[in-house]
Amino acid sequence: MIDLWLLFLFAFGCLTLATVAGGLMRRRAPGSEFVVDWNARVEVWWGMVVVLGLAMLAGFWGVLLLFAFLSFAALREFVTIAHLDRADHWAWAAVFFLALPVQYGLIAADWYGLYSIFLPVYGLVLAPVISVLSGRTKRFLARIGALQMAMMVCIYCVSHVPALVLLDIPGYEGRGVLLVAFLVLVTQGSDVLQYVFGRLYGRHPIAPALSPRKTWEGFWGGTFSAAVLGAMLWWITPFSPLAAALLAFVSVLLGFLSGLVMSAIKRDRGIKDWGHAFPGHGGFLDRMDSVVFAAPVFFHLVRYGWAV
Amino acid sequence: MRRAAGVLRDLAAFLAGRAIALVMRLFAAPRTVWVQGGPLARQRIYFANHTSNADLPLIWTVLPPDLRVRTRPVAAADYWLKGPVRAFFGRDVFGAVLVERRPEARGEGEDPMATIRAALDRGDSLIIFPEGRRNETVKKLLPLKAGLFNMALSHPEVELVPVWIENLNKMMPRGEVVPIPLISTIAFGRPMQRAEGEGKDDFLARAREALLALRERATS
Repeated sequence: MIDLWLLFLFAFGCLTLATVAGGLMRRRAPGSEFVVDWNARVEVWWGMVVVLGLAMLAGFWGVLLLFAFLSFAALREFVTIAHLDRADHWAWAAVFFLALPVQYGLIAADWYGLYSIFLPVYGLVLAPVISVLSGRTKRFLARIGALQMAMMVCIYCVSHVPALVLLDIPGYEGRGVLLVAFLVLVTQGSDVLQYVFGRLYGRHPIAPALSPRKTWEGFWGGTFSAAVLGAMLWWITPFSPLAAALLAFVSVLLGFLSGLVMSAIKRDRGIKDWGHAFPGHGGFLDRMDSVVFAAPVFFHLVRYGWAV
Repeated sequence: MRRAAGVLRDLAAFLAGRAIALVMRLFAAPRTVWVQGGPLARQRIYFANHTSNADLPLIWTVLPPDLRVRTRPVAAADYWLKGPVRAFFGRDVFGAVLVERRPEARGEGEDPMATIRAALDRGDSLIIFPEGRRNETVKKLLPLKAGLFNMALSHPEVELVPVWIENLNKMMPRGEVVPIPLISTIAFGRPMQRAEGEGKDDFLARAREALLALRERATS
C-alpha cells in the first residue's frame, strides 16, 4: 500500500501548508474573522485526516466502523432538529437500532442486491407503518417525511462510502480504500476551494436565501479546481486522468447540491449548525453535507463503469 | 479481606461511573454551556430542573472527574436503597446523600435535612432538584421547594449554581424502554447566593428566575 502512504504525505503536506498559511495570516491580520475561521477549519481538517487515515490503515472494517459511527452521529443530529413526536418513538428507535445496523451488516456481507434497496424499499414501507400504529395523525406527513429523509441521508447515503471498498475492479484488487480517499479528498477539497475562491473573488450570490456565502465565483472556481485535484489523484484510482476529473466534477457538483438541500433544512428549522461536536465548526452533518449525495452516485458510476 | 472487598467495590464503582459517562455521551451527546467561567473546584450546590431520570447522570457526566468525586446528588432513600443494584449506584457510584422522605421511616425527632447539612459541613458539593419531583406537566418549571432556601441559610458561603437541562426528556419519555439518541443541552448559570436578610419567598423567586433565564440561554 505504498499509494496510501504517498497519499498521507500529500495530505500532511497540504495541511502543513494550510497551518503555516494560517499562522502567517494570524501575524499579519490578528483577530480577523476570516483568519480565526480558517485556523479553526485547519484544526478540524487535521483531526479528519488522522481519523480517516487510521481507519483506512485498518482496512475495510476500519472504514466500515468509522462510517457506521458517522451515520449514528448524523442521525442523532437529525432527530434533534426534527419535530420529535412521542408517537414516533418506536419508529425512530427502529431507525437507530434496526435500520442502521442492518444496512451496515449488509454492506459488510457485500450483499449489493439487498443493501442497495433495503432502505428505499423496506425502510420506506416500515417506518411510516410503525408511526401509523401509534394512531396519531397530527403532522403525519411531515413526521414520516423526516423519518425517510433521516434514513436516506444519514444511513443510506453515508453507507455507500464503505461500500466503495468492496467493489470488484479488475487490476485494482485490495486498493478499495483509496476510492474512499479519492471521494473524501475531492469533496472536502472542493468545500475548501469554493470557500477560498468565494472569499477572494465572490461577487454574485447563488442562493442568497439559503447560503449567503455561496457565490457563482466560488462555485466555478471550487468545482473546476476540484476537478483538477481529481485528475491529479488519478494514480490512486482505477480511472484515467480524464475520467478522474469527470468523476470528481460530478461528485463535487452533487456535493454542492446536497449542501444546498441540507442548508434549506437548517433554514426551515431556524438553526445555523446541525450540532456542536466541533466548536465553531458545527456538527457532524455540517462536515458531511457535501459527501452525502455524492457518495451513492459516485458509487454507482464506478460500479457501472469499472467494476465487474 | 475486608479491605480487599472495599478496593474491589471502589474499582467497580469507578468502572460503572465511566460506563455511565460513556453511555450518556453517546446517547445524550450533551452540549455544555457555562455562562460564567467554567467548572471550578469550589463548594457549590447545583440546582437543576428535573424532567428525566437521566438528569442526574447527565450533570454528573459533564462535570470533570475531579469535581465529580466531591459532588453528591441529594436523593430519596426509599428509592435508592431499594435493592442491592440501586444501592450500589446510589451510594457507591454517585455517592448520593440519602434523604428519608417518609416520616414513618424516620427515627423520633430525626431531622431529614441532617444528612444534607453534614455533607455540606464536610465541604462536599451537592446536586439537587428543587422542584422535588419530576416535572411531567406542560409547565416549564414547578414551584421550588424550601430545601434550597434552607441550605442557603445554613451554609451561606456555598455558591448556588442554577443548571438548566433541555431536550433530555425526549430521549426516553416515561413508559418507554428504548432510548432515542439525541443532542441535549446543559447550561450552568452564574453562581448566586442569598442576599443579606432575603426572605424565603423572595429568594426562591430569584432562584426560579435564574433557572428560567438560563432556559433562554440553553434553547437559543
